[in-house]
Amino acid sequence: MRNLSKIITVIVFIFLYIPIIVLAVASFSSGTDLAVFKEFTLSRYSELFRDTTLLTLLRNSVIIAVLSTAIATILGTAAAVGISRMKGRLRKLVMGMTNIPMTNPDIVTGVSLALMFAFTGTVLKLNSVLGFWTLLIAHITFNLPYVILNVMPRLTNMNPFLTDAALDLGCTPVQAFFKVTIHEIMPGIIAGALMSFTMSLDDFVISYFVTGSGFVTLPVEIYNYTKKPIHPKLYALFTLMFIVILALMVTMNLLQGRNKKARIHGIAARTGKEA
Amino acid sequence: MIRSKLFCIPAATLLAAAEVSASAAFSYMPVQAAQTSLNVYNWGQYISDGTDGYIDVIAEFEAAYPDIKVNYMTFDSNETMYTKLKTDPAAFDLIIPSDYMIEKLARENMLAELDFDNIPNFEYVDEAFRHPAFDPENKYSVPYTWGCVGIIYNSRYVNEDDVTGWELLWNPTYAGKILMFDNPRDAFAVAELELGYSLNTEDPEILQAATQKLIEQKNLVQSYVMDQIFDKLERGEAWIGPYYAGDYLTMVEENEDLEFLFPEEGFNLFIDSCCIPKQAQHKKEAELFINFLLDPAVCGQNLEYLGYSVPETAAKEFMDPEVTESEIAYPDDETLSHGEAFKALTDQGNQLMNELWLTVKTSDDVLGRYIIITVAAIILCIGLWLFFKVRKRIIKARRGTYK
Amino acid sequence: MKRNSGKSWLSVPYIVWMLLFSIIPLCIVIYYAFTDSLTGEFTFSNITGILDYATIFLRSIWLSVAATIICLIIGYPVAYTIARCKPRTQRMLQMLVMLPMCMSFLLRTLAWVALLEDTGIINNIITSLGLQPLPLIRNSGAVILGMVYNYLPYMILPLYTVISKINPRLIEAAEDLGCSKAKTFTKVILPLSVPGIISGITMVFVPAVSTFYISQKLGSTGTVMVGDIIESQFKGAYNPNLGAAMSLILMILIFICIGITNRVAGDEEEVMMP
Repeated sequence: MRNLSKIITVIVFIFLYIPIIVLAVASFSSGTDLAVFKEFTLSRYSELFRDTTLLTLLRNSVIIAVLSTAIATILGTAAAVGISRMKGRLRKLVMGMTNIPMTNPDIVTGVSLALMFAFTGTVLKLNSVLGFWTLLIAHITFNLPYVILNVMPRLTNMNPFLTDAALDLGCTPVQAFFKVTIHEIMPGIIAGALMSFTMSLDDFVISYFVTGSGFVTLPVEIYNYTKKPIHPKLYALFTLMFIVILALMVTMNLLQGRNKKARIHGIAARTGKEA
Repeated sequence: MIRSKLFCIPAATLLAAAEVSASAAFSYMPVQAAQTSLNVYNWGQYISDGTDGYIDVIAEFEAAYPDIKVNYMTFDSNETMYTKLKTDPAAFDLIIPSDYMIEKLARENMLAELDFDNIPNFEYVDEAFRHPAFDPENKYSVPYTWGCVGIIYNSRYVNEDDVTGWELLWNPTYAGKILMFDNPRDAFAVAELELGYSLNTEDPEILQAATQKLIEQKNLVQSYVMDQIFDKLERGEAWIGPYYAGDYLTMVEENEDLEFLFPEEGFNLFIDSCCIPKQAQHKKEAELFINFLLDPAVCGQNLEYLGYSVPETAAKEFMDPEVTESEIAYPDDETLSHGEAFKALTDQGNQLMNELWLTVKTSDDVLGRYIIITVAAIILCIGLWLFFKVRKRIIKARRGTYK
Repeated sequence: MKRNSGKSWLSVPYIVWMLLFSIIPLCIVIYYAFTDSLTGEFTFSNITGILDYATIFLRSIWLSVAATIICLIIGYPVAYTIARCKPRTQRMLQMLVMLPMCMSFLLRTLAWVALLEDTGIINNIITSLGLQPLPLIRNSGAVILGMVYNYLPYMILPLYTVISKINPRLIEAAEDLGCSKAKTFTKVILPLSVPGIISGITMVFVPAVSTFYISQKLGSTGTVMVGDIIESQFKGAYNPNLGAAMSLILMILIFICIGITNRVAGDEEEVMMP
């Protein structure tokens, strides 16, 4: 039984990585056909670095991801603190609202926002509504629940007497909030922010519906590229991104491992919560 | 908090990755002060972009007008272009739609009148392409290219005896190797011509008949495609497909087994022209770009790469004579007499055609439907059975482990 | 506690934001679903017209349910195996599961096209062995494969999270009390991993049922899905009213499906994962 599940695991990992290998190999081929390897060449990479459009698109993606993450983190953390003070039906209602973008399929979220922007455009008689701002609004909207759902458990697990203690020791409520509450929920905030950033950088479906012509992100343009004979420099971009992400993940992993060791050898954990 | 740990890693790495690439992107961006950007919206694969040593039209234009930066975007059908323009009317300064779409846009008051003082090169345009039927006063459009639709087939796999006309696209011998247009107007035109009607008909009965014809074809069709046809035909993934003559000339360079047929039943003869949307932000710059495209040297080299036919004789001097003598880019008058141009349909006609096209795409043979329904029902039964089984188990497990 | 209760105003900007950009858009979807595309008058025809496309909805549900079940069947052993490894290996394997999720799914799906096509990599190998090419692409199976490939990590990760949290002492206890390995699994491990199963199912089923790219690339002319139609109504045919009606029905169907799944699990808390 255990052997069987090990075999399945190995097969699944091969299955997950085959397409990535195909793309990586194709990025070194001089032909345009993904299925046939012609001659080895590095020219796809030099073409990639000469292509300012692709790099601008990547930059656009990063701008949107950074801005939407920042705004969603601030709004979402404040909201989580507020919600944790709510009781009963009101709390249920607000949490229900938070779950809407989570359970709705992306295409419905995208379509609904696109319709609303179009509707606002006609009402206000504006020519061009779709663009940077609509994209940013959409990204903030789907990022907010991730922040809240990451911060909420931290708040509920927090010892309520900590704030009281700070207040008794002479902190003003504002000081107590920033020094104690924020400090305690920081891991949740960071997790939420990182998660939003990943989602935002990678999002295609929602962006596809709310994007205008002036400001396009990389995933949306990749979709447009796949409707035409695709240029192999995209495979080069893919391979480079894969290598960068792989390298960073491995480093993070090693660092995390070291941290854990340090923590075990160091002072005993403050509480048992960490488990 | 395993959940948070779960996500620290990829996001953090991505963050760092993105920063690295972003700084790279910034360093590659030349410093550009006070530039106007010109938003051009054209068909995919429809401008010479510098491959194989041909002219890079956009780069040449930007070199000639250093204070204009061209923001170039592409669409894959007139309908996509129309939808985009409708939802975002100020997005583009220059569009290159086909004849019937220009007529429709003009009728809906979505085009700006061109200022021909800014387009002196219009003088090179042949008389035959001035004052076209879709723009009789020649107010809104300047021709970019023209051409015909025909059948492209792979002579290695397709028997010459079968190549008689549009019925090749309904030949069951080649099931799964046939491609078809992925937009209602072109697809219906093929069916209507095969049935022997005009491609401009709005008669609901004929449209219904064409719908049936398309549904009949559906099982033989590998995919409904637009520009993906290049890949599929060049590699032999598909063998037969209707497309534009100009694109055939591009494809045949990659795969010399490909042949082109002008079907005798008739075919679509089109003109794609440059227009400026009413809400365009940079009309002047757009007119400069149009003028640049009409320059005989630019036009000639651009269209030599594209393979489409030129609307100005002066440009032919700058082209390879082999191209200008091509029977496919410049068919004789006898062949051309079978061609028919699209006219804009009425709104009702368009809506009907869109609905029928959706019927074609979603239609299903009865057998398949029953299979789907039974399978769905079986899954539902299994689901309900699992529902009760699992619930019982959970209740038991809870009692067992916690209380 | 009382002195803190004043802070609930902090959530006001968020509530306003979500009302503006989440609730109102859904209301506008409903508005469009009930108006005519040409005249703008109130009509039921968009909704009733959807009956013509019932097969499309059924097909979408069938394909995505199949993909979800396959994901669960192959995802569970993987999650279980990872959770039983040494911590160091666990982190490494977890990372390897997440890595593909960070890469463009459009390009990865395109790579599957290159693998499966008649003139693709697999068939090239087959034909070079002198055999007939296999029909690997453009059928329901290929669409299901594409879905399983794209959404499998979304099944593995929540399952892994839950399984790795199970207290090993519970398993020891069960074994000490005389349970066989199989019995320990069905009586202890499986029931305790139900929250992970539920969130895994949701996270695979929802994107799978609404996909349009996978069915466009890997499917045939006969495997059109709801997502394809919605997309074409917004990007090609320009009939947002029909598209809105379809989105509305899709949304309701998904809520029903999630409701059923949650019912099965009772009121277990979901393990959140994107």
